Amino acid sequence: MATTSTPVTHHGGHHAAHASFLEDPQHRGLMSWLTTVDHKRIGLMYLWSVLTAFLLGGLFALALRLELLTPKEDFMTAETYNKVFTLHGAVMVFLFIIPAIPAALGNFVLPLMLGAKDVAFPRLNLASYYVYMTGAIMALTAILTGGIDTGWTFYTPYSTTTGGAVTLMTFSVFVLGFSSIFTGINFVATVHKLRAPGMGWFDLPLFVWGTYATAIIQVLATPVLAITLLLLAFERMFQIGIFDAKLGGDPVLFQHFFWFYSHPAVYIMILPGMAIISEIIPTFSKKHIFGYRAIAFSSVAIALISFIVWGHHMFTSGQSQLAAVIFSFLTFLVAIPSGIKVFNWVATMYRGSIALDTPMLYAISFLLLFTIGGLTGIFLGALSVDIHLHDTYFIVAHFHYVMMGGTVIAFLAGVHYWWPKMFGRMYNETWARIGCILVFFGFNITFLNQFAMGAKGMPRRYYSYLDQFQGNHIGSTVGSWVLALGLFIAAGVLLASLRKKYDAPDNPWGSKTMEWETQSPPITHNFPNNPVMQHGPYDYNAPSVRREA
Amino acid sequence: MSSHTLPAPGDTHGHDDHGHHDPNLQHHFVEMAQQFDTAKLGMWLFLATEILMFGGLFVGFGLQQAKFPEAFKAAHHHLDRTMGALNTVVLLISSFTMVLAVWAAQTGRRKVLITNLALTLVCAGTFLVVKYFEYSHKIHDGLLPGKFFHYAQGQPNEYIFFSFYFMMTGLHGSHVILGMGAITWLLIRAIKGDFGPGYYTPVDLVGLFWHLVDLIWIYLFPLLYLIG
Repeated sequence: MATTSTPVTHHGGHHAAHASFLEDPQHRGLMSWLTTVDHKRIGLMYLWSVLTAFLLGGLFALALRLELLTPKEDFMTAETYNKVFTLHGAVMVFLFIIPAIPAALGNFVLPLMLGAKDVAFPRLNLASYYVYMTGAIMALTAILTGGIDTGWTFYTPYSTTTGGAVTLMTFSVFVLGFSSIFTGINFVATVHKLRAPGMGWFDLPLFVWGTYATAIIQVLATPVLAITLLLLAFERMFQIGIFDAKLGGDPVLFQHFFWFYSHPAVYIMILPGMAIISEIIPTFSKKHIFGYRAIAFSSVAIALISFIVWGHHMFTSGQSQLAAVIFSFLTFLVAIPSGIKVFNWVATMYRGSIALDTPMLYAISFLLLFTIGGLTGIFLGALSVDIHLHDTYFIVAHFHYVMMGGTVIAFLAGVHYWWPKMFGRMYNETWARIGCILVFFGFNITFLNQFAMGAKGMPRRYYSYLDQFQGNHIGSTVGSWVLALGLFIAAGVLLASLRKKYDAPDNPWGSKTMEWETQSPPITHNFPNNPVMQHGPYDYNAPSVRREA
Repeated sequence: MSSHTLPAPGDTHGHDDHGHHDPNLQHHFVEMAQQFDTAKLGMWLFLATEILMFGGLFVGFGLQQAKFPEAFKAAHHHLDRTMGALNTVVLLISSFTMVLAVWAAQTGRRKVLITNLALTLVCAGTFLVVKYFEYSHKIHDGLLPGKFFHYAQGQPNEYIFFSFYFMMTGLHGSHVILGMGAITWLLIRAIKGDFGPGYYTPVDLVGLFWHLVDLIWIYLFPLLYLIG
């Protein structure tokens, strides 16, 4: 394969004369963006789209928290409250978190890390974006034309009998699934076939391993959601009765199908987050990653285990005792590869030369928050404890610690980490750190309160509650304001940097992975020459030693 | 997962610069063989998603059949085995003509390619016509689920059998229609002379898809028509 390649030259801080992909003279104007097949431009279009979804979902969350400030009905009726929490969940899960890291950051970074010119199927990549937008528009239409009040899980029989725009929302999620599948197929093929000459599987940056494991889940799990939602939509439209006990169907079958996708989907969300952390911690500790293969294989292990634990969502749904026990023990297995990762990250930091730039601050927040989220997951995987905690705020706090404290914090870490590469600008470091610290404390104030009240018995999905929980609810709501303030500061800092001229060096953090070897922002074809693997992605310890290409 | 049984397109050029001038080579691939292998891997991944999507229906069907074996047995007598068997034969023949089409593209036999793609289309069309007669007979008998269901005799849970029957064959039928669209596209390109030993990726990929459509029917036929 190495026949046509020439080694890439290391340029220093100065900029090459080439125009970047952002203002390539051959690709100018709005149409050049809408019809682009450049993975970097598609990644940025995804980035702005998922950030818009994040804003929308976040505003729903703030409204929910505000309603919960007092035990009584304040400004939302019970029905409105049901719709708003459903929309918060559905928008955050399907429009934001699932595509956020793979489709936005992964699209931009993955080919660069491999030294490739593009993803394997650039047109499929663009199609994935338009399919995503179609699904998003359908979801918005569903919200505006009646809303949905089923929760993001669409459990039958309620979802087949309630009014509103459930059918449209179901089709919207069906369509969004295809965009996820397209991204997954693209990434698997890209990692297999488009690695730079000399780059073996164990030379891959761990971000690539993480996104690869994610892509496998996207390809293998999402089709099951597709058929589930198709059946649900047909159930609503034509009463086919597959989930309707009156007609001989089985409502619990829906839960099995749904969680067969949606539990792996939780790992579609967290694995890319872990993948980002595996890049940032060695970069800002200036040390080789500890336990490279252990981290790489634990990503694959999490992907595999994800397919055999779905039953732990149904401990109280009437599955057999034996099944519950088996699912409980299988669930504990997840803790092993997750723990391996956390210990390896901490061991990487040990005696490292740690620089507390914003991405690293987010990464350290991730370590703390994900550990809390992961450990409380063990509580919930234990059968007897789960009977007590099921459907309480403890669950809400647990998955927010994993999804937001884990994935979203890692996403923010990644955005701050790759921002100079994506846009060629450095942001204000001081204010970005302030934003990060506010996010960290705001998040903890919001959700530690929810652990406490959940353990005391506050059920989830209620718009009003007993007076005894008000202290925790006030704390949680105030925390959500701090969290929102931190996020708005982070957004402001990043957006403000775009008004400057290009000032980012090629490799502002001194990282060893390949995306930093091209200019910031990169040229349309990524690298001036076809790059060749010259050193490992984490060779901080012996930077002068070159591998055989 | 890529096929190594035949030389991949572009290999005939060797590794000199000649391969770079192939108009079908996309800019991000080094050579045609890499592009072909990548496309084929992508197609196999897509087929995996198809199998998992149908897998949901197969699992659901199996569970319900285990729950109501008598009702499923009674219900399946409404299906016409002759027509089902006929369609199985038709699809098997279409898979054979598709294989011949792929072979013809690989070896540069344009007329054979066009003939076999057309034959595959004819078989697919025949399948749909037979299916149409089967469906209309069942709809006439009032076996279509939902508000159309008015078949009063038999066991109460026969209803669920027909829900699965129409979902599974309907989803399969929509794949037949998709496949016909793809084969028509191939036919147009084949008439234009786009394919040859140097470039036959689309024929190969659509061929894979068509075999999957065939294969799913091979499972659907005994599952639905040959109970007990």
